Amino acid sequence: MFDHQTISMLAKETWTTIYMTLTSTTLAYALGLPMGIALVLTAADGLKPNVVIYKILDFIVNIVRSVPFIILLIMLMPFTKLIVGKSYGPAATVVPLTIAAAPFIARLVESSLLEVDKGVIEAAQSMGASTWHIVWKVLLAEARVSLIVGGTIALATILGYSAMSGAVGGGGLGDVAIRYGYHRYQVDIMMVTVVLLVALVQVMQYIGTKISRKMDKRNR
Amino acid sequence: MYEETMISVKDVSKSFETKEAVVNALDHVNLEIHKGEIYGIIGMSGAGKSTLVRCLNFLERPTTGTVCIEEHDLSMMSEEELRKLRTKIAMIFQHFNLLMQRTVLDNICFPLEIVGMPKKKAREKAAELLKIVDLEEKAKAYPSQLSGGQKQRVAIARALAMDPKILLCDEATSALDPTTTKSILALLKDINQRFGITIVIITHEMAVVQEVCTHVAIIDQGTLAETGTVEEVFSHPKTKAGKKLIYQSSNKDYSLMHGKKCIRIVFSENSSFEPVIGNMVLECKAPVNILLADTKDIGGIAHGQMILQLPEEEMIANRMIEYLRERKLGVEVLEDYV
Repeated sequence: MFDHQTISMLAKETWTTIYMTLTSTTLAYALGLPMGIALVLTAADGLKPNVVIYKILDFIVNIVRSVPFIILLIMLMPFTKLIVGKSYGPAATVVPLTIAAAPFIARLVESSLLEVDKGVIEAAQSMGASTWHIVWKVLLAEARVSLIVGGTIALATILGYSAMSGAVGGGGLGDVAIRYGYHRYQVDIMMVTVVLLVALVQVMQYIGTKISRKMDKRNR
Repeated sequence: MYEETMISVKDVSKSFETKEAVVNALDHVNLEIHKGEIYGIIGMSGAGKSTLVRCLNFLERPTTGTVCIEEHDLSMMSEEELRKLRTKIAMIFQHFNLLMQRTVLDNICFPLEIVGMPKKKAREKAAELLKIVDLEEKAKAYPSQLSGGQKQRVAIARALAMDPKILLCDEATSALDPTTTKSILALLKDINQRFGITIVIITHEMAVVQEVCTHVAIIDQGTLAETGTVEEVFSHPKTKAGKKLIYQSSNKDYSLMHGKKCIRIVFSENSSFEPVIGNMVLECKAPVNILLADTKDIGGIAHGQMILQLPEEEMIANRMIEYLRERKLGVEVLEDYV
């Protein structure tokens, strides 16, 4: 039904989508994880209460989260250009994706860490554990299942965002859907991209669920 | 006998500020716990006993007053020094507080990891501790696969990992059934005798205190009501809070029974084989009403207490009291039990 050229284009763009999603999720996690940990620690009932730091982080997270991604994408264009040298294409999309996803991940991490039993934290304190030990060996270790579930949610969301960047020539499957499906009325190609996007989310979700189940030692 | 002071609490108060008011959880508490004692701190829920135990290792900082462990004033210590001290004050909890994602063995390794013991050495030590708590075969199990009693045993092994001087038990048996409670208390007693660890037991159950403690403090609404050896306090509670805990009186409506004399009998040296109440009833030819009976046989000697309601006739009642006193039972007349 499609010629060779179209098929190889779809394959290439699928790969571009995977690349953008994984790269920006990884980078966003690198930013969001420490932010999430900091939110938990500096909260009023946290291990290192600090109203100023907490309020600042909370404010940044809320602001970035409330700007719609497509607008953030456009707003960040000068900044993106400064970093990667151009404002379009897959590498350029990674910048706004990362910035949009980091606060989202920070919130996911925060809620995962807050699920950790306060009693276990107290037990660690009673043994003389330092804050670093508690973060590393108690909070992150005990919340790992929830963190992976959150990470999977983040992946699917970022995949969705990456498709949105197609509107400004971001590359990937979203770009294909808009260029061919919307501008050229090639509904069949658009349908294929949608199917591919759905399949990608399914695979990610499947892997994420599998890993988290395997790691969970709580219910046996 | 010379007794070394392990924990001394001087004039400790702790208040929490809520939106509505300031709550005084502890109000000028003084306490002295000596080395090797098993010290019970008992009180109704909300009396402040959990706050008090957390002041002993400064998980809660007292608002005023001082806490000294072996003469070291905790309030003078830096965070670093406090953390170091806490490795020698172990704690076990009502809900065990084990790391759910670690095996039993790795849970016991946790405090050792904190102080940087090499992994292999830590595992060897943990395996030894599992032997002490009789759970060797569960080394590779996860906490979710264990029963409540087994989880508490793991927590005890974890607490012993740092060779503590003090073991704080915060309602450690409150989530366990009576049989398991007994075995955990027996384990604590064993640990106290084998390693000479001073144990502080927080509980709301008098039975727990009677079972293992040498000394007891009764805490009521943030203040210390009375302290003493378990025997002293149990046979002659002086305060209202003490009486309430020991007589286990409830607020039920006993108005039907008003006007009759109630007595409390304490068993401490009578043979369990002598049916003393039965004989008394036969001798005096009048029935008594047993309101509370909590006795047990320890090596052929009856221990515990009973509360009886005596017949209305003054003469018979007095004869009964005399009869019991002749048999060397501690008898006290309760004025307003019902």
